[in-house]
Amino acid sequence: MSLNGWLQIALFIAAVLLLAKPMGTYMMRVFDRRGTWLDPLLLPCERLLYRVCGIHPEEEMAWTAYVVSMLVFSAASLLLTYLVQRLQHVLPLNPQHLAAVPADLAFNTAVSFTTNTNWQSYVPETTMSYLTQMLALVPHNFWSAAVGLALAIAFIRGIARREMSTLGNFWVDLTRGTLWVLLPISAVFALVLVSQGVVQNLKPYDTVKLVEAQKVTGADGKTTTVTTQTIAQGPVASQEAIKMLGTNGGGFFNANSAHPFENPTPLTNFLQMLSIFLIPAGLTVTLGQMVGSPRHGWAVLAAMVVLWFAGTFTSFWAESQVNPQLTHVDQHVSATQAGGNMEGKEVRFGIANSALFATVTTDASCGAVNAMHDSFTPLGGLVPLTNILLGEIVFGGVGSGMYGMLVFVIVAVFIAGLMVGRTPEYLGKKIEAYDVQMAMLYMLIFPLIILALAAVAVRLPAGLAGLANHGPHGLSEILYAYTSATGNNGSAFAGLSANTHWYNFSLGVAMFVGRFMMIVPMMAIAGNLAAKKITPASAGTFPVTTPLFTVLLTGVIVIVGALTFFPVLSLGPVLEHLLLRAGQLF
Amino acid sequence: MKKQIITAVLYTVVTAVLLGVVYPLAITAAARLLFRDKADGQLITRNGEVVGSRLIGQPFTGAGYFHSRPSAAGTGYDAGASSGSNLGPSSKTLIDRVNASVATEQNGTAPVPVDLVTASGSGLDPDITPAAATYQVARVAKERNLSQQALQQLVQKNTTDRQFGLLGEPRVNVLQLNLALDAMH
Repeated sequence: MSLNGWLQIALFIAAVLLLAKPMGTYMMRVFDRRGTWLDPLLLPCERLLYRVCGIHPEEEMAWTAYVVSMLVFSAASLLLTYLVQRLQHVLPLNPQHLAAVPADLAFNTAVSFTTNTNWQSYVPETTMSYLTQMLALVPHNFWSAAVGLALAIAFIRGIARREMSTLGNFWVDLTRGTLWVLLPISAVFALVLVSQGVVQNLKPYDTVKLVEAQKVTGADGKTTTVTTQTIAQGPVASQEAIKMLGTNGGGFFNANSAHPFENPTPLTNFLQMLSIFLIPAGLTVTLGQMVGSPRHGWAVLAAMVVLWFAGTFTSFWAESQVNPQLTHVDQHVSATQAGGNMEGKEVRFGIANSALFATVTTDASCGAVNAMHDSFTPLGGLVPLTNILLGEIVFGGVGSGMYGMLVFVIVAVFIAGLMVGRTPEYLGKKIEAYDVQMAMLYMLIFPLIILALAAVAVRLPAGLAGLANHGPHGLSEILYAYTSATGNNGSAFAGLSANTHWYNFSLGVAMFVGRFMMIVPMMAIAGNLAAKKITPASAGTFPVTTPLFTVLLTGVIVIVGALTFFPVLSLGPVLEHLLLRAGQLF
Repeated sequence: MKKQIITAVLYTVVTAVLLGVVYPLAITAAARLLFRDKADGQLITRNGEVVGSRLIGQPFTGAGYFHSRPSAAGTGYDAGASSGSNLGPSSKTLIDRVNASVATEQNGTAPVPVDLVTASGSGLDPDITPAAATYQVARVAKERNLSQQALQQLVQKNTTDRQFGLLGEPRVNVLQLNLALDAMH
């Protein structure tokens, strides 16, 4: 672990914390419909949109109506994405003349982008036309993030409001999140990315003459001479910006943010990581302001920072280690090389930035990668896997991280109440049986889907067919796939060939259930909380603004995660680590 | 319910046009206006022929060129099919592949810098570390009948430091280094 690496990591978290307050305050103003400096430009657009679509912005919705609107909208947008993929061969902007996307893959991709997962079973360069990327995938990058944001705001309103039956208007929250937050930041960010070298064009792929022709042996054993290189192009920067800001993570290219056209310089890498945490960190401030307790927001943020640091430290340490199986290889850090485990990593990012990116992208439900997680050391790969298994609530996805974290807050408050033998209260609201039942339902759906589907997959020939690695690492690949899909992350141990009927279908189901089945109990809690009276704080009230609360919250998250998943993790990454040290290869 | 469906469909279509057509095309137009070369992929021309992109690595395996890292993209540096190897550290396939690369790259008794024998995440990594470039100086100098000192200077000239002296890692762009090497003759 180099000193420079730690400096870069320190600079990153300092930037995240500095931006949290301005970002959080801005979002509070946007969703409270207070004035912002973008109003003169955006208010007319907003009004026009409502008029065209028949939306009445003053209409308030109960939690059920809010969820129904969200589901109907998700269904409509899912259908559009499916249709564009299926028809891309007859639509314009397809300079490579790519064929229609097959039905199972189009289903998987449509669900994937609708649920903010952005799992990609396909190789984009050879599957998706420019139009499909622009029209089918880019809007989903905005929509799924805006939906998450809207749901988080609705949940926060549930906590803040008293004796009310409504949580706001879904369409208004969706629109304001898109027009005021996501679109302006993405537009500026996209141009900054282009200035650093991220491509943005609509021209056909370039063919260039290689400086040194290469003799290559194909899979069939025949030797051919390669004299040219085909370079995939496209409107990348506009997609890249919202891919990161919306914690979507679906790459324009197969190699995602490891591809030099998506992430060409250390600065773009820094900004991409920063943009993953920008909105989730800001939302903790929005939470504090909207519920009238800014210190509660900071206490939640503190728990996130603690868990982020634990992941970053472990991952940076593990990836800096030498692989004991490699001989005559210099793996030590020095002034002229980063050393460590460089398989699957880019030279310009080295170890520190690859380990940090992997931690950040899985703390949040982003899933973009700038290094291949499948090639991480066993313990280095354990970090992204564990981060997703904890529920992606360490900063978390845009909106989804916030509401996921708030469910954990409710459980933490409940446990604190049990310990002192009083009815638990959260910001003046009594936490009762119904709230805890729904919170438990939210927490149980997640491991149930992951573990059940992974267990089925390891028993099926179709589940084992696509493994690139064997032994415990193979189990990690399957476990990671279902974890990533159910958690709506989208990163992968990408050695698993997932473009098969079995994986496209089962992962599609996992993504769908992991998003929508968890939203229902979460919103039920929000609706129930909004209707409650405020109980004045007393000596027996557990304060949610103190370091003690931060410790308790962190403890609950770690204990729930560890108790649920330790057995399967010990059969995957932990076992692989021990066997690798003992010299066992697969 | 019917009203909600109509709203959802209209909303999807209108915002799809805004976010999926207007937004990317506006960015494309602005990028073309402000940073045309970068938006097009920074292509390099030599003697009127396009020979590559500054950002995209190319395979070099001859003794007279500085070698790039191994690549898992297609048959190697296929910029139409970016990919890593996705092999884990306990994979026998990986260890065998690295050993083969070590056998090719090893020059004398010093161990080979790790990046020179491992595949990048994209399969298109344009860079090697300064350590990996320096390691190859002796071989290239011998093959091309050049002094090691002159080549070491060339490597230094083509080394990019950390951005702002802080971000990322120092690196050498292999394509640009080899083009400069060809220009020395």
